[in-house]
Amino acid sequence: MYGSGVIKGMLVTGKHFLDTYIEDIRYLGRRSESFATRQSAKAKGVFTVQYPEERLPVPEEFRFIPFLVYEEGPEGQKLDRCTSCGICAKVCPPQCIWIVRSTHPETGRPIPEPTEFFIDVDICMNCGLCAEYCPFDAIKMDHDFELATYERARTNIFDKERLSKPVAYYASIRPQNYGREEAIRAEKEAAKAAKPA
Amino acid sequence: MTEPRIDLQVDSLDVRFPGKVRQDSRAGYAGYIVQPETLVEFSSALRDQLGFRYLSSVTAVDYLAEDLMEVVYHAYRLEGGPGIVFKSQVPRQDPRLPSLVPLFPGAEFQEREAWDLFGIRFEGHPDLRRILMWEGFHGHPMRKDWHEAYYEEEVKPFKNRWPEGQVYRIEDKVPFGHNVSYPSEFSPEGWVPEEDVALYAGLGKIQGDGNGKGSELETEKIIINLGPQHPSTHGVFRMVARLDGETVVDLRPVMGYLHRNHEKIGERNTFLMNMPFTDRLDYFCSMGNNFGYALAVEKLMGIRPPERAEYIRVMMAELTRIINHMLAIGFLLNDLGAYFTPVMYCFNERELILDVFEAVSGSRMMCNYFRFGGVARDLTDATFSMVRELVTERLPRKLDELERFLVMNEIVRERSIGVGVLTAEQAIGFSAAGPVLRASGVPYDVRRAEPYSIYDRLEFDVCVRQHGDIYDRYLIRFDEMRQSLRILQQVVRDMPSGEIMTGKPQYQVRVPAGESYGRVENPKGELGFYLVANGKANPYRYHVRSPSFINLTSLAQMCRGQKIADAVVILGSIDIVLGEVDR
Repeated sequence: MYGSGVIKGMLVTGKHFLDTYIEDIRYLGRRSESFATRQSAKAKGVFTVQYPEERLPVPEEFRFIPFLVYEEGPEGQKLDRCTSCGICAKVCPPQCIWIVRSTHPETGRPIPEPTEFFIDVDICMNCGLCAEYCPFDAIKMDHDFELATYERARTNIFDKERLSKPVAYYASIRPQNYGREEAIRAEKEAAKAAKPA
Repeated sequence: MTEPRIDLQVDSLDVRFPGKVRQDSRAGYAGYIVQPETLVEFSSALRDQLGFRYLSSVTAVDYLAEDLMEVVYHAYRLEGGPGIVFKSQVPRQDPRLPSLVPLFPGAEFQEREAWDLFGIRFEGHPDLRRILMWEGFHGHPMRKDWHEAYYEEEVKPFKNRWPEGQVYRIEDKVPFGHNVSYPSEFSPEGWVPEEDVALYAGLGKIQGDGNGKGSELETEKIIINLGPQHPSTHGVFRMVARLDGETVVDLRPVMGYLHRNHEKIGERNTFLMNMPFTDRLDYFCSMGNNFGYALAVEKLMGIRPPERAEYIRVMMAELTRIINHMLAIGFLLNDLGAYFTPVMYCFNERELILDVFEAVSGSRMMCNYFRFGGVARDLTDATFSMVRELVTERLPRKLDELERFLVMNEIVRERSIGVGVLTAEQAIGFSAAGPVLRASGVPYDVRRAEPYSIYDRLEFDVCVRQHGDIYDRYLIRFDEMRQSLRILQQVVRDMPSGEIMTGKPQYQVRVPAGESYGRVENPKGELGFYLVANGKANPYRYHVRSPSFINLTSLAQMCRGQKIADAVVILGSIDIVLGEVDR
């Protein structure tokens, strides 16, 4: 029958339309609980969320703009993990990382920590290669994606101060990665300790 | 039926053309080098006697040190099997070659691109104008001695980043206005876009003006521009159509508005740095682009990824195909007037697949997930079970629903059946690829014709439809999604455990000198990467054979004689992404 295709199609639309209400009623008053279902293969109904009031959780591997990891010393001082080896600056595809290596004031020999560390976040393409190839786990990709500013000429070149975040923050956003890396680190320490004996 | 085959073998072409054709004996290279004057004769012998009817790629390489320009052709047999590569060398000062457009119409845009970017003149080409650059552009940017406005150094990594990285913005060093140069006799103020004059004149010539010689009522032909800013062109793309009433007499696509010289950037980059850049070509299918590039480099390096990585790669590539075809269908229906409802239903499924991509790669669209010899990260169990649930339960059900939704819809059928027909012969001639080629009745799929990765041991059918109209191009995408699900179900069933990388992850890979052409069946068609390495850390030549770009060659043919409203739908049925067309 001419027109049956249209009617069949309308039934599909009708079902989707009803589903949105069924899901709304099912999660009435506890809407944030529906997000777990919303991100699973059983999702139904409306897929959109009311950002920024509502937010979907990001997965652990989510990557946005690198940051530098520092460890806190006993008196609260920031101990950079970065040794300014320059691998991140060499692997960076848009070349948005600038590093000034420290030198010893008397001998002039390089010392393994950066004096300055800049990332031009306008150029950064969030590829994550710096974090992937850093041999010291010193640069990692962040989860904070709300970086909009009113002014770009000065604020969007991040310096070392702005980029540095404590290792506890890293452990909180990437618990599994952190656990894995710490295990490897502990293993290496143990091997080192065992060697002289 | 057996055709009389003239005794001509692929491996003895140099004997057949003595003195004119020789084997390419450079280390790492293959194929033949053909004298320019024999090029047409040689390629017609290839096409008519040896069955290499599909000219996949035409590109050029600038060998500055040897003072040569080399044009590289890749041709394939539609029955499958390895292709043949042949080259022709011309001096850099006056590069001229006979055009292959009369033999292979699919070379049209690619030769224009080679003229635009390298300055090689193809004699006999019907319409040799710039294609990606504008005509006020100075020089030919892919030549090795050409430098871009914000030129810093020949290759990355730049030396001033480390260890004394004094940060600056390049636009402070090269202020705006100081970074352009024009050809002599060109004044940007007094410039009249001559290209448009030539373009419009060209449109008139094709069909004649019909000065009252016919029996029908004489009507004035008008030229209209769709785009560059037009919602139906899916990006900054322009179609110049010459109309008789509502009927398209002739049509020319105009592109390059999104051109960023991806290939030049690629030649400044190291091999690994190019991986995230390939994401930006066809931004719906970044996993597929990664796949093609990884294959091309792995071919040069002579490595293969471990079993588990192969399975993960195929899984990602097929999920990408589903995403892409969902969107292609959604936007096609949008062009047909179904508005955004189908797109939104497709976006729902895409969301879930993108969640998978985000969980494995860290990014929803710019995945940057493949590495040479493996993949960047292993799949977690949670992600794997999500994929399993998607491909075994949800997606097959949703595909059925989508099919019930509009496939039998009378309006869709009347708008699309018999419209924008491309015959099999034309599709092959125009080097169309992917769903466009297969909807025209040519069962050619790189996954079967020249299997890569683990496709040779997976069970799936090469989808084919016979009519070559919009409706078939619509349906074939359903067929392909079903086959992708079939592949995915096998991948999920057989996923082995083990390593995901061959060797240690390296940021500076060692690539021996040579050339390679890695091609994959991307959702939009055959995506090829032609690489030339010279033993250094950066590719000497990096070329992308982009399916969207080459599929557009057949757009004019499909649109002639159709209504202007259908031209929009025909463009939608080719399924282009401007990031890949313009590169």
